[in-house]
Amino acid sequence: MTETPATGPDPAPASTGSAAAQPAGPAEAGPAGAGPAEAGSAEPGKPAGSRARLTGAVIIQAVTQGSSAVITILAIFLALVVGGFLIVFSDPVVTKAWSTFFSYPVYALSQTWDSVSFAYSQMFEGAILNPSTVSAAFHGGSIAAIFYPLSSTCAQATPLILTGLSVAIAFRAGLFNIGAAGQWVGGAVVATWLGFGVSLPPGIHVIVCLIGAFVGGAVIGWFVGLLKARTGAHEVIVTIMLNYVMYDLLSYLLSHPTMLQQPHQTNEIAPFIANSANLGHVGGPPPQVGIGFLIAVAAALAVAWLLSRTTTGFQFRTVGASPSAARTAGINVERSWILVMLLAGGLAGLSAATVIQGTNTQLTFNSYGTYGPDGITVALLGRAKPIGVVLAGLLFGALHVGGTYVEAATLGQVPADIVQVLEGLIVLFVAAPALIRAVFRLRSTAGTGLEAVAKGWNG
Amino acid sequence: MTTLAAAIRAPLTTERRHLAAVTFIVIGLINICIFGVLAHAGDAGFELSLAKASVKIPVIRVPAAPVCYALGAVALGLGVLRLTVPLRRLAKRLAIAGVLVCFLLSLLCWADAGAIPLNVIIISQGTFTESIPLILGALAGCLCERSGVINIAIEGQLLFGAFTAAIVASAFGGLWVGLVAGSLAGGLVGVLLAVFAISFLMDQIVLGVVLNVLVLGMTDYLYDRLMSQNPNYNTGITFGSIKIPGLSQIPIIGPIFFDSTVFLYITYVAIIVIQVALFRSRWGLRVRAVGEHPTAADTVGISVLWIRYRNVILGGLVAGIGGAYLTIGSVGSFIPDISSGFGYIALAALIFGRWTPLGALAAALLFGFCEEMALVLPTVNPVLPAPIMNMAPYVATIIAVAGLVGKVRPPKADGQPYVKA
Repeated sequence: MTETPATGPDPAPASTGSAAAQPAGPAEAGPAGAGPAEAGSAEPGKPAGSRARLTGAVIIQAVTQGSSAVITILAIFLALVVGGFLIVFSDPVVTKAWSTFFSYPVYALSQTWDSVSFAYSQMFEGAILNPSTVSAAFHGGSIAAIFYPLSSTCAQATPLILTGLSVAIAFRAGLFNIGAAGQWVGGAVVATWLGFGVSLPPGIHVIVCLIGAFVGGAVIGWFVGLLKARTGAHEVIVTIMLNYVMYDLLSYLLSHPTMLQQPHQTNEIAPFIANSANLGHVGGPPPQVGIGFLIAVAAALAVAWLLSRTTTGFQFRTVGASPSAARTAGINVERSWILVMLLAGGLAGLSAATVIQGTNTQLTFNSYGTYGPDGITVALLGRAKPIGVVLAGLLFGALHVGGTYVEAATLGQVPADIVQVLEGLIVLFVAAPALIRAVFRLRSTAGTGLEAVAKGWNG
Repeated sequence: MTTLAAAIRAPLTTERRHLAAVTFIVIGLINICIFGVLAHAGDAGFELSLAKASVKIPVIRVPAAPVCYALGAVALGLGVLRLTVPLRRLAKRLAIAGVLVCFLLSLLCWADAGAIPLNVIIISQGTFTESIPLILGALAGCLCERSGVINIAIEGQLLFGAFTAAIVASAFGGLWVGLVAGSLAGGLVGVLLAVFAISFLMDQIVLGVVLNVLVLGMTDYLYDRLMSQNPNYNTGITFGSIKIPGLSQIPIIGPIFFDSTVFLYITYVAIIVIQVALFRSRWGLRVRAVGEHPTAADTVGISVLWIRYRNVILGGLVAGIGGAYLTIGSVGSFIPDISSGFGYIALAALIFGRWTPLGALAAALLFGFCEEMALVLPTVNPVLPAPIMNMAPYVATIIAVAGLVGKVRPPKADGQPYVKA
């Protein structure tokens, strides 16, 4: 049972309850500002009890019972183990070693270990910290090089955080936004057009492009919400179809020089945007943070504020918990749907802006990449909470950087696609806390996981 | 889940009730004002036999613009009828079908006006070619969702079926082995779906999306590791077409329905078996009971979990065949992400078809036809840019879902895990 009607009408006590619980239980690292349906983490009386206990006891309890943070860590661990099997099975050296297992068991095991540990350590070095740069820094090398992996992780994470927020905010209002990819294209088209077609002073140009991208995405999202509110068309179908429509539209725009195509080009490619529209970065070179990343974090904070501190956010969450209860309570459900899709589209459009104005500076047909689908997994891993989305986006950004690095380091022996498998596995395990509990023999308690994130066809 | 039921039965507004009629009228006006007025002077031609057929049928030529006007008038008439007369359910559906046919025919007349004749046989064959994975995917979804498990993982089932069929058929040199392996691969994704959704009570929409990501990652990875390095694992062998003796000689019908690969015949069987089994057998009654009201089904002694497990895995096997079609049934070799969204369109077909096999068939054929049109029309009428034509199936879906179907009613317990009280 994902919810009961009883929790619908009064989500306020539930959310304030868990907010009060947060300072008491530091082990509940996942932001517990849960939606109304996740009332399990805010059982009455429990906050007072855990406040009395020592912090150490609280942590032990969280570990043994599996708080959401612990579940997430264990899920990542389990995903790495399963991914390790995939690396091993597809490594010819290792499979050959195993075929002689009964003659040389130690050799087979060491080959296995080498193969897996090499892949994962390369991934870590590429995405987070390369020990050789640290030792080089002690011997007179550049300190900046130490931070290079982290900088690229942040850059990769930026669009993922924003599309993740797009999906997450829709989830909180009970809508499943598969259309972040299409909204991304909408934002990218407007940002590109404003980026090269208009000349403005540097600071203003950046802001105009960002607003344009937000609007470009928001229009697509708004259309989805409008159709759902006015005709009842299911947002899953409409967003999927709009994705394809937007891809085709992009292809059309990029293949006509009168539209967005770069002149004298046969490829589907737009002109570079003007330097004045470029987002740039703070600090650097290497210890640098892209302005895009700061925008993403600011957007996460804004969404968090909207969801937990405003009437509109309260209405979103109530509609997400139970549309009929919300309707009974006098909330305009249709208006909430339209508004939340508009915001979701805008966030996806901003994601496009951070790519077009930040890292790529040019729109091509392949620019949209997998930001939309990745946004779904990021939102799920972040449990549809803004801060969670930022953390999940950083993790996935690190995985992407690490994947590219490991492919280069192993000369293609471990393709970067392994990262996609890892991402899928992580979300799969995070979303099935019952499985994690069974594997790691944790005591079962109620109320973690993603039970309340997505809804059925009429949620 | 009373909230869900209440949300479904939210009061219909007047606006909503007249939506279908208004859509009919708009389509009629498009037929007249856009297709009719913009059609080039001249005839639209339709060929009804293949070049090498023994029986030749003369090309049908019709004046394009007047036909568009006539078809538009029919759509307008149906719209007015819908607005004024209360229609029975069957009549409503026939009216929708009629309007869609009018729309598609006038689209064809407009596109072909003054150009070389369109070959109806080739278009129909192409429609089936495009539709088979959609039909099988939608049937898989139907089996799952009628028993109360949402299946977004159709895409993953198709993709894994396609990959496994290609690699097994290439490695063993046997197409039938590949077909069985592809089906089993779809079933394997079905097993994962079942275990996580039914036993671990995982959110089914999340689960489906995640399984799709997982299968996409796995197949990309294995393609890079195995296939691209060793072409022997991806030889690209395909099933040949089988002519049904006698039936395939019938003019028009023969080449369309009875001259194709084994997959088309499997699809016929699957549609009939699933439609009959779901609505005309005790088995189907039980499945639907579990999907609508699991508690009641449990009370009378039906094992809810067993039925759900069985149906989800069966669905996976069916979708796996659809996946196998994508490689060994049509193009042969596997390429990464070969299913490219077919699973999601199959899902849309399932919902558009109101969770019935025949409805899903009709919707899948419509989508398949639109995709075939997107391939054919730019060659006939170069005025149309290909990307814009490619949009047609998706725009058609949005219009259909928003304007004609609107709020659909899924099986009542769809997506809810069942926990014995």
